[in-house]
Amino acid sequence: MKELIKELTEAYGPSGNEDAVRETIKRHIAGHVSEMRVDALGNLIALKKGQPQSGIEPRKIMLAAHMDEIGVIVSQIDEKGFLRFAPVGGVNPLTLLGSRVIFADGMIGVIGRERPEKPDEFPKIEKMFIDVGAPDKEHLTRKVGDMAAFLRPLADLGQRLTAKAFDDRIGCAILVQTAQELETTPHDVYFVFTVQEEVGLRGALTSAFGVEPDVAIAVDITTTGDTPEAYPMAVSLGAGPAIKVKDRGMLAHPGVKNWLAETAERLGLPYQFEVLEAGTTDAMAIQTSRAGVAAGVLSIPTRYAHTPSEMVDYNDVQNAVKLLVGLLSGPVKI
Amino acid sequence: MLLLKELSEACGVSGNEGAVRQVILDAIRDRVDEYRTDALGNLIALKKGTGKTARKVMIAAHMDEVGLMIMHIEKEGSLRFHPVGGIDDRVLLAKKVLIGENKVPGVIGAKPVHLLEPKAREQVVKFKEMSIDIGVSSKEEAERLVKVGDYAVFDVPFVELGGALRTVKGKAFDDRAGCAVLVELLRDRYPFDLYAAFTVQEEVGLRGARVAAYSIAPHLAFALEGTICDDLPKKGDTSPTTVLGKGPAITIMDRSVIADRRLVELLIDTAEKNGIPYQFKQPALGGTDAGAIHLSREGVPSAVVAVPSRYIHSPTSLLSLNDLENTVQLMRQTLARVNDLDLTR
Repeated sequence: MKELIKELTEAYGPSGNEDAVRETIKRHIAGHVSEMRVDALGNLIALKKGQPQSGIEPRKIMLAAHMDEIGVIVSQIDEKGFLRFAPVGGVNPLTLLGSRVIFADGMIGVIGRERPEKPDEFPKIEKMFIDVGAPDKEHLTRKVGDMAAFLRPLADLGQRLTAKAFDDRIGCAILVQTAQELETTPHDVYFVFTVQEEVGLRGALTSAFGVEPDVAIAVDITTTGDTPEAYPMAVSLGAGPAIKVKDRGMLAHPGVKNWLAETAERLGLPYQFEVLEAGTTDAMAIQTSRAGVAAGVLSIPTRYAHTPSEMVDYNDVQNAVKLLVGLLSGPVKI
Repeated sequence: MLLLKELSEACGVSGNEGAVRQVILDAIRDRVDEYRTDALGNLIALKKGTGKTARKVMIAAHMDEVGLMIMHIEKEGSLRFHPVGGIDDRVLLAKKVLIGENKVPGVIGAKPVHLLEPKAREQVVKFKEMSIDIGVSSKEEAERLVKVGDYAVFDVPFVELGGALRTVKGKAFDDRAGCAVLVELLRDRYPFDLYAAFTVQEEVGLRGARVAAYSIAPHLAFALEGTICDDLPKKGDTSPTTVLGKGPAITIMDRSVIADRRLVELLIDTAEKNGIPYQFKQPALGGTDAGAIHLSREGVPSAVVAVPSRYIHSPTSLLSLNDLENTVQLMRQTLARVNDLDLTR
């Protein structure tokens, strides 16, 4: 599965530009799902049709992971060919200094900064620029509106992996792996790879309307409290996938939460409960779609979220796949 | 003038767009096949296509403008108010306003400079400390003229300034400029069914567009806007957002939408093929009805084209009629081609 994770995290896909990620996913799930379609906003919706099983009521289940990643967008080009930019999604300026970014066509740029007035001045994005190495404006092929993503290859640290865009390519990888490993299911399972989560859960909103599920589970990352002097949070790397109780945007459906926990218990898989004070996921948008959807979240504990070097534990990832396969193989108990 | 004067001078703060709707209705009644006003007050007009396609295209322009609402009448008859939509407190002092159905004139009172302590000159007066003076001396007298809940609009006539850019000034070009363009586009018939949505309550949260898009259920959409233009000389190399006279501004990304790339490319290609000037709006700023429309139902590919307008969300805005006419041209030519656009992926 590490190869798949590497391929997905290294793909280019800032919000609104998820094409490369979508094509990669399509290639890996083809043959493992019954049908696929791409909706008006670019969400990839893949259905695995259920096989009736006696004693199990078939339900319509939506699994969602977002394909987009945070990035930057060129807002202005100066006379010398330096590119001013604005963030796409939640970008911490501190993570930009010294970073390299890559555009859709493969052009690479480095991020520079105006001389600070004071040495300890907090860097502001308005005071930064991208330098693509153009000698002057005439030799520059970039336009206002072009988007770039962090450039950073995945590093396999053994038990742990570090890469850009684990948020939420790790969720995408888990969904792909689940689609591959899930041989049969009594339910109609919609694997939905959403767009534009980082700019406001936009793809989840429209795809949930289209799928109209009975139950939904978003698979996304969550932060941890297990690093030195971290903000207190009872989630750690390696302690199992996290089952969300609440975040800033939603209260997980208690039935879905318990269904996830009971399935983990039954399969003997480690898990932890997650209460996230900041942030939210696609599940927030799905939960209030149409007349309402029973929605929960399976989270992958991730250090250094929204930086070019996020970190996950490989066991958590594999256990999340096992949990989902187990979940989808049996009756929905909510 | 493309109806801009009448539209600009009509009063229509969010939630009270009736007068603007009437101006538009009088102009489009004979140009469209059907029209209706929905539950929130959106005016939705259908110009049927030539029957070659089942595609439905929605074009939205919002009728509402920012303004004020009367919250409280003081003992001595002065009126406390609250802004409706985003207004900078600094543009309010000493402005003339018209209040309520009867357009009662008033002025937002300001202390004479003589009375200002040096420190006070450097401070922003908050709207909560301001009041509107309608020249009465008691609460009873005021109550005969205005009611709590009445809207107030800036009292600003439309004026042609002229010059090479054919500049005009007036209130509410955000988004009466878009309304003027949309009214003009309804002269033509297209291969697809065109739904013109003159929306309400954009300035308070894209509310009209949300329900209009739901009922129309379009295949693709455009929002037409009067957008930020901060192009006067300033220090450093900060972006002007858009520049007056450089043509319609195409949005790539703002705070509410990432425009559909295929529509953006069609707009650019159409502008270049027809020699129509265009510019990109500085990304990541502002939001428009497209923010609500593109998220309607299963999603709607959407784009935004705007007329650059200086000083929006203040009493007086300023635009170039060249930009306005070029926006009409760009949209007209783009619509002629939009039917052939492949929207599958």
